[in-house]
Amino acid sequence: MSADAHHVAAAGHGHHDAHSEGGHGSFQSYMTGFVLSVILTVIPFWLVMGNVLDNSLVTTLVILALGGVQMVVHIIYFLHMSTKSEGGWTFLSLIFTITLVVIMLAGSVWVMYHLNHNMMPMDAHDVMNNAR
Amino acid sequence: MMHADTAPPGAAAPVFYQTDEEGHHSEGSTMLGFWLYLMSDCLIFATLFATYGVLGRSYAAGPTPKELFDLPGIAVNTAMLLFSSITYGFAMLEMDRDRIKQTQIWLAVTGLFGAAFVALEIREFVHLFHEGAPPWRSAFLSSFYTLVSTHGLHVSMGILWLIVLMVQVGKHGLIVENKRRLMCLSLFWHFLDLIWIGVFTVVYLIGVLE
Repeated sequence: MSADAHHVAAAGHGHHDAHSEGGHGSFQSYMTGFVLSVILTVIPFWLVMGNVLDNSLVTTLVILALGGVQMVVHIIYFLHMSTKSEGGWTFLSLIFTITLVVIMLAGSVWVMYHLNHNMMPMDAHDVMNNAR
Repeated sequence: MMHADTAPPGAAAPVFYQTDEEGHHSEGSTMLGFWLYLMSDCLIFATLFATYGVLGRSYAAGPTPKELFDLPGIAVNTAMLLFSSITYGFAMLEMDRDRIKQTQIWLAVTGLFGAAFVALEIREFVHLFHEGAPPWRSAFLSSFYTLVSTHGLHVSMGILWLIVLMVQVGKHGLIVENKRRLMCLSLFWHFLDLIWIGVFTVVYLIGVLE
């Protein structure tokens, strides 16, 4: 019984700790997030505006990766997301949402790309001939 | 006299569970609920991004992103939103120290950066209309306007919310309810900046690239 009481007390204490930590960060964490964001914003703009890389496919992949990293930086330093906030529920819902988003984005683009490919009308020349 | 809760001899003592947490309960569930709203909002943006991903190359012989988008302008827009994020962070730090005046000042600065962002976006849209690129010109432009203006509408609503909260804080001070509201708006505001990362990367930078 005393073990039970101790458990309840510990849980209550843990909750309180999580609560006082969650929500907002320190000046330092905001500045870290800000500086990282500035760097991660300037690099892709510089890559595209300065035509730094010759290969546009490589540039696309690099700026997508940098965008992804910057989103993680925002989630950690601005949204103060951690695996422990709200007892792990926010993290769980975030993972669930990311899964849905990835399925939605990759699925749509993939399916519609193939649809466009397979249902491609005859090339413009044939279309014009048929129209006549 | 035997108390009703006392267990009969030999039986295990009854164990009571606290099903409803007291005190911080409503605040905790509000933050979780608001987070869930943001996740559903995230899905709205995901569908709009998917639509843009599918239709973003269907120009219908109309203008292409390369001809339309002005990257220096977009960079300024991005900076406005990023500055507003950090100033909102400063407002939250002042809120933690219960300094009403400083909190209000940083909130006002945040609102001004947000307003600058919306103004620049409207200016960009007006410019695009003059360039002969209204939403009905091509599937690319329809999906572009839908995605970007949905984000812009969110920012505008965020500014409205910010003004309402500044009035609330001015009237009632930094009471628990107002702190909770400011924390919700904080999540909303930073979330919009996060969506904007996707917009400037996928729509503007990659659009100009190809």
